Amino acid sequence: MSDKIIKKEELQDFLKALKKAHEVFVPAKEKDFYRFNPLTDENKGDLNFTNTRLSPKSLLFPQSERIFEYTLDEESSDAHIVKESSKDYPSTVIIGIRPCDAKAMRLVDVNFNNPEFKDPWWVKHLESMTFIGLGCNEPCSTCFCTSVGCGPFNEEGLDVLLFDLGENFLARALTPKGEELLKQGGVDKDANSGLKKKADELKIEAENKISSHVPTDKLKEKKVDDLFNAPFWDDIAFACINCGTCTFLCPTCWCFDVQDEITKKQGDRIRNWDSCMFPLFTLHASGHNPRPEKVQRVRQRFMHKLKYYVDKYNNGVACVGCGRCVKSCPVNIDIREVFSLMNDL
Amino acid sequence: MIEYGEKIREIAKKILEEKKVGLIIGFKKGTIPMMTEPVLIKDGQNLDQLYWDSFCNMNLANYLPKREEKIGIIAKGCDSRNIAVHIVENQIKREQLYIIGVPCKGMVDRRKINYFLADKEAREVTESDEDIIVKGEGFEHTLKKGDYLQDNCTKCMHRNPVIYDDIVGDLVEEREEPDPYDDVKDIEEMGSEEKWGFFSNLIKDCTRCYACRNACPLCYCPTCFVDESDPQWVGKSIDSTDTVTFHILRAYHCAGRCTDCGACQQACPMDINVRLLTRKLNKDALDLYNHEAGLSIEERPPLDTYKPDDYDEFIR
Repeated sequence: MSDKIIKKEELQDFLKALKKAHEVFVPAKEKDFYRFNPLTDENKGDLNFTNTRLSPKSLLFPQSERIFEYTLDEESSDAHIVKESSKDYPSTVIIGIRPCDAKAMRLVDVNFNNPEFKDPWWVKHLESMTFIGLGCNEPCSTCFCTSVGCGPFNEEGLDVLLFDLGENFLARALTPKGEELLKQGGVDKDANSGLKKKADELKIEAENKISSHVPTDKLKEKKVDDLFNAPFWDDIAFACINCGTCTFLCPTCWCFDVQDEITKKQGDRIRNWDSCMFPLFTLHASGHNPRPEKVQRVRQRFMHKLKYYVDKYNNGVACVGCGRCVKSCPVNIDIREVFSLMNDL
Repeated sequence: MIEYGEKIREIAKKILEEKKVGLIIGFKKGTIPMMTEPVLIKDGQNLDQLYWDSFCNMNLANYLPKREEKIGIIAKGCDSRNIAVHIVENQIKREQLYIIGVPCKGMVDRRKINYFLADKEAREVTESDEDIIVKGEGFEHTLKKGDYLQDNCTKCMHRNPVIYDDIVGDLVEEREEPDPYDDVKDIEEMGSEEKWGFFSNLIKDCTRCYACRNACPLCYCPTCFVDESDPQWVGKSIDSTDTVTFHILRAYHCAGRCTDCGACQQACPMDINVRLLTRKLNKDALDLYNHEAGLSIEERPPLDTYKPDDYDEFIR
């Protein structure tokens, strides 16, 4: 682990140097909100942001991704043979990802990359990426990362963590990949002990600024049936309109659907984000739907994140406290309240 | 409008006690500034949760279809029109409802306030008659409500409820809008290429989360056409053809039925103004049939009626 210094006025030089060898993504404001866009001459990025509206999961797990293809042309010797779509996985650097979103990648990795199953597309995307995180000096009032095993300067999932010290960034390399990247970008000036101390103080200060806290301590010991049959689900679900806002904005929602699309004789097998909020998500071919009512779908979303995941992986909750669903739910269903209801049942 | 809250609680208490209704559908105060949550109050429990301010922007008529109970419901002008549409379309019966009308001075758009704040966060938002007071870390702004209204509210011609059983305050003056469809006319004047470009750009960020559809009281089909799987009519990816198909077909399903309540636009997590599609159809319904949705509980929407004396020969 080494701490280097990047002067703010030299940030663009650093990015330009990285761009010679990598695809570089930076937060950029479009319309009224931020997203990760490629670094270009026009888009220099803007690190004075709170967070992106959509989580950066789409960089590794695109909303729609062709995974296989085939031809229905009987003349072709390959007719009806399903082949993996060829794809490039260029070395990519994500600049300014927030620590909560970086931790979310690790959390999704538990599902897509484990001894039992390896999702080849997720694994290849993830391996091609280097994450340069930006700590949060000013967490939002909806951030509750410190309650769920994360924090405004959490290092998990990052290769480099940037501390915004005003005139300079302190760049803390956390992995050999991160060390190498800083070297490549021409960052070689060591941080003095004063700046290191300032960075450590900034971290504690930011953690203390987190004003939102949720309880999680009793989720593990609760009986699944007790939570499943709890009396509060109707109240939580009443306002829900069963849209996909929460699941699509969430950095840890990983569910997908696979669809075949055929244009003339060319077939594409596409993986698309899916949402447990949608009735179609659980509709069986028989016509039976085990979750026909919205209350069952709302319960599923929270039970998955705050109970099934907890029990299955013994790895905490499947939530990093980014607050996106709290901010964007059109009817103000607030997961922080559900934490309390479930934990304190 | 904040003072309406007390009157709403008072009426709700009375009609529950008199057993005129079994439950109330209203709003409760949100957990974050500039948000409210639709809430169902049963048997006088939690009556004090009922709340009103300038951010009660969702359309509560959305929670009515297929309910069997006797219901007290809070309704702004637009909500009351959607209740009327539901009654006409047999989604709820008039006698099931006790409508608590709210004369509306327009809902304030949290997005416009957030846009004004740039990337600063509103920590506390309060309001007076004319102003919104926004406080955050090291700042306080007093903003004129009139400058931050939802777009649909700035064009609204029916601020008072059209049907109600009780009303929480004096009726407000209806706006004289010289040309409520000037924005639609600008689009109508575009050439077809330009229009296609305009609409493609409008919906390019759509994630197909269906928040617009699900926030809309008109979208109560048991299975939406985009959710049909046997056969599947619309692809599931974010291919622009499928996204365009969803938006255009959805808008057409709303033709002559939409009240421009703005719930779709407010619900969209990607800030897409899907109202630009439905408003064109509202304008057409007005121009062609002199029809505005939800002004009466007798008149059926123009696209599902047939008159033997129709002036068009082809239909007779």
